[in-house]
Amino acid sequence: MTAPPGLQVHGLRKRFGGITAVDDASMTVASGELHALIGPNGAGKTTFIQLVSGAERADGGRITLGGVEIDGWPMHRRVTQGLARSFQISSVFPAFTVLDNIALAVQARSQGRCAIWRPVVMRAAWFDQARHILDEVGLGARSEIAAGDLSHGERRRLEIGLTVATGARVLLLDEPLAGLGADESGPVIELLQSLKDRTSVLLVEHDMDAVFRLADRISVLVSGRVIATGTPLEIRAHPEVRRAYLGESTA
Amino acid sequence: MLTLVVEQVLNGLQLGLMLFLLAAGLTLVFGIMDMINLAHGSLYMIGAYLAATVAEASGSFVAAIVAAVVGTAVIGMALELTVLRPLYRRSHLHQVLATFALILIANELVRIIWGAQPVALNMPAALSGPVELAPGLRYPAYRLVVIGVGLAAALLLYVVVAHTRVGMWLRAGASDREMAGAMGVNTAWLFTAAFGAGAALCAVAGALLGPLLAVQVGMGENILILAFVVIVIGGIGSVRGALVGALLVGLLDTAGRTLLPALFRALAPPAVASEVGPALASILIYVLMAGVLYFHPRGLFPARG
Amino acid sequence: MASALHIRLHPLPTLLLVAGLAVLPVVLTAVDQPFYIVLASRVLIYALIASSLNLLIGYGGMVSLGHACFIGAGAYTAAVMVRAGADIAWLTWPAAALAGAALAAMIGVVALRTRGVYFIMITLAFAQMAYYVVVSLRVLGGDDGLTLPHRARYGFGLDPGSDTVFYWAVLVVVLLLMTGMRQLLNAPLGRALQAIRDNDTRMEAIGFPVFRIQLAGFVIAGAAAGLGGGMLADLNQQVSPSLLHWTQSGTLMVMVILGGAGRFLGGVLGAAALLLAQELFSDVTTHTALGIGLVLLAVVLFAPAGLAGLWRQVAR
Repeated sequence: MTAPPGLQVHGLRKRFGGITAVDDASMTVASGELHALIGPNGAGKTTFIQLVSGAERADGGRITLGGVEIDGWPMHRRVTQGLARSFQISSVFPAFTVLDNIALAVQARSQGRCAIWRPVVMRAAWFDQARHILDEVGLGARSEIAAGDLSHGERRRLEIGLTVATGARVLLLDEPLAGLGADESGPVIELLQSLKDRTSVLLVEHDMDAVFRLADRISVLVSGRVIATGTPLEIRAHPEVRRAYLGESTA
Repeated sequence: MLTLVVEQVLNGLQLGLMLFLLAAGLTLVFGIMDMINLAHGSLYMIGAYLAATVAEASGSFVAAIVAAVVGTAVIGMALELTVLRPLYRRSHLHQVLATFALILIANELVRIIWGAQPVALNMPAALSGPVELAPGLRYPAYRLVVIGVGLAAALLLYVVVAHTRVGMWLRAGASDREMAGAMGVNTAWLFTAAFGAGAALCAVAGALLGPLLAVQVGMGENILILAFVVIVIGGIGSVRGALVGALLVGLLDTAGRTLLPALFRALAPPAVASEVGPALASILIYVLMAGVLYFHPRGLFPARG
Repeated sequence: MASALHIRLHPLPTLLLVAGLAVLPVVLTAVDQPFYIVLASRVLIYALIASSLNLLIGYGGMVSLGHACFIGAGAYTAAVMVRAGADIAWLTWPAAALAGAALAAMIGVVALRTRGVYFIMITLAFAQMAYYVVVSLRVLGGDDGLTLPHRARYGFGLDPGSDTVFYWAVLVVVLLLMTGMRQLLNAPLGRALQAIRDNDTRMEAIGFPVFRIQLAGFVIAGAAAGLGGGMLADLNQQVSPSLLHWTQSGTLMVMVILGGAGRFLGGVLGAAALLLAQELFSDVTTHTALGIGLVLLAVVLFAPAGLAGLWRQVAR
C-alpha cells in the first residue's frame, strides 16, 4: 500500500435537516486497490457515494483525486478527472442499444464528444472500444438489444460496463451485486476481480462473502463515521466492528 | 399617501386571494396526480358564465354563486372521470396537449352557447357603493366582500387540509402517491373529489371576479398563467406554498403597477419612463418567479422529497 | 451499426419531395391558384419552426411551452431592420436567427436549471414576459405591432415583390436548415441530446456536461425559430404581439405531437397538416378550433405517436 493515493476523503460531512448522514468520515483508496466500504443499513454508505461522486453537495470536508482537490466540482467534471460511479438501481439508456449505451460512455471521454457535424456512426473507433468493453462484461452477444429489454442481471453488468467505459482511474461501485441470484453474481465477482488490475475501486456491497474475497482493505462505516479500516483479517478481528456490525448481521 | 398604500394593499390582497382559490385546486391536482391541467382556467370561465346566466334568470347573486359552484364541480368531476383520468400516467407533454385541446373545445363551446360578446354579471346593488373604512378612506364594499369570501375559503381549505382525515390523505397523496395507496386510501375516489373541489373553488373565483372583470371567452387563460406562476413559486403540491405565492404575486403585481411607473417618472426622463415603467410593471411577477426558481428550482415550499 | 438512432433519408423519395416543392409555384400559377403560393410559404416556415421545437421536445426531452417568444424575437428584429432601411433578407434573416439565439441563451440559462413541470412552467412564464414587454413598448407598436413597407430584398436582380421568389428563397433556407438538423442529430452532439432525454443523471455520471449540451440544443432551436420569425415578418409584411402569444406556443406543440415528436419529419408533417386543415375548414365553419381541439384530444388519447407513427402502423 505504498502507491500514491488514488482517492482521499477527509472529514466529509452531510446533514439532512436534523439528521447527520455522514459525520466527519475519512478514508483513502490507494492506487490499484479494491477498497470495500461496509456498514449496517442506514450507516450512510449511499450518501457517502453521492457526496464523493458529486451527485450531492457535502456540507464540509475535502476530497482529492490523484492529488487534485475536486470538492464542489460538478459530477461530470469529476468523471473527466477520473472518478466515475455506478448506481445501486441500474441507470442505463433504455431506448438505446446496449452497444450505443457503452459507445456513449466512450464518446464522453473522446475528442469531438460534442461535435456537430461528422456522424457518430462514422466514428468506428468508439464502437471498437465499446465492443471490447461489452466482451469484458459478457454482453458481447447482446450488443444490438435495446437496453430497456435486458434482464435484471444483464442490466447490472451494463451498469458496470458504463462505469468502466468512462475510463476512470477510480470507480465507485454502489452495490453491484444488488438483486443478483447466486448463479448471476459469480460472473460479476469475476468481473470485479479483473478490474483490480487496472483501476482503483471503492466498493459498497452487502454480500460479505464477496467483500471479504475481493477487498484489499475494508472500511467500516457506522452512523456516518468510519470506525475502522484494515485488511479483511484485521476487520474480522476488530472488536468494535464485531460489536457494531458483524455481530448484528449474524444475529 | 397612506390611503393609497392601504388601498393598494387591499387590492393586492383581493387579487392574491382570488389567485389562491385557483391555485389551491391546481396545486393539489398537480401534486397528487402529477397532472398539468391547463384547462383549470376553463373551469373558472365556465363558473363565471354559469353565475352570469343564473343571476340573469333568478336575480339573486347568492343563487348564482351556489349554482356556479355546484355546476362547475359537476362538470369538473365529469371531466376528471372521462378525459383526465387516462392522462395521469402519461407524460407531461401529453397532459399539456390534451388539456390545451380542452381549452380550445371549451372556448368554442362557450362561444357557441353564449356568443362571442362578453356577458354581463352585475354585483348585488346593496354592495355597489363604497364603504368608509376610516376617515377619508373609502373602499368599494363589493371588493371587501370578495376579500372576506376569499379569506373564508382559504381558512376553510386550511382546516380541511390540515385537520381532517381527507386532508391528511390529500397531503399524503401529494408527497408520496405510492404511500397513500399503501395506506389503503381509495385514490380514485380521492382524485375525483379533489378535482371537484378544485373546480368549485374556480367557480367561486369566477363568479366573484365576474362583476369586476369581463365575463368573456378566453378570460380563463390569463388568470391560469398567473395561477401557474403562483404554484411554481410556492412549490407544486403545497397549499401553504400556494397561499404564500398567491399573496406575493397579488401584492407585487398591484404594487408594481402603481409604484413602478411613479418611481420611473421621478427618476428617469419622461420618454424613457413612459416606456420602461409599464413594461417592467407587467413582467414583475415573472421576474419574481424566475428569481425564485433560480435559487429554489422546486419552489419555496417543495411538497415532495 | 447503431442504425436505430441514425436518421437516414431515402434518396429517391427525398429528391421527389424536393423537386415537387420546387416546381409547386409554377404548377399553382399554371392552374391559376397563386394564392396558395403564400400558404405554401407559410407551411414551409412553420415546418421549420415546428421542427426546431421537435428538436427540443422530441429529441431533447425539453418540453418548452414558450417557443413562440423566439419567433417574436426574430420577427420584431427583422421588422425593425426593414423599417430602418437595412432591408436585405440575407441580413435580416440571420439577424432574426441571432435574436432568437440570444433570447434562448438568456432563458435557457435559468430554465434549464429546472426539470419536469417546472421547466414547462418557467418557459411559459418567460414567453409571457416577452409578450408583455412587446405589448407595452410603444417603440414596437404595442398591441398593434409594426407593418413592413415592403419585403426584404434578395439582390441578384430578384423581385422582392414576387410571392414565387419569396417562396423559393424560403424553400432554400428551410431545406438547408432541415439538412443541418439531420446532420446535427446524427452527430455526437445530437446523440448526446437524445441520451439526455433518455437519462440525464446517467449522462452526467459518464462525464457529459448535461447543462451545457441542453443549453446548446436550446439555443440552436431558438435560432431556428427566430429565423422562422424573420421570414414570417416578410411573409405577412406585418408583426404583432399575437406572434408571441402563449397559444402560439401551444399550437406549435400541437404541430409537433400531431406530426410525431422525436421523428425527423414530425414537425414538417404536423405543420402541414394543421395549417392545411385550418385553411380547408375555415371555408366550412367558423368553429375550426373546436375541430382542432377534438382531433388533438383524440390523437393524444389514442394515437400518441402522431401522424408519423400512424403512418408506420399502417405501413407495417
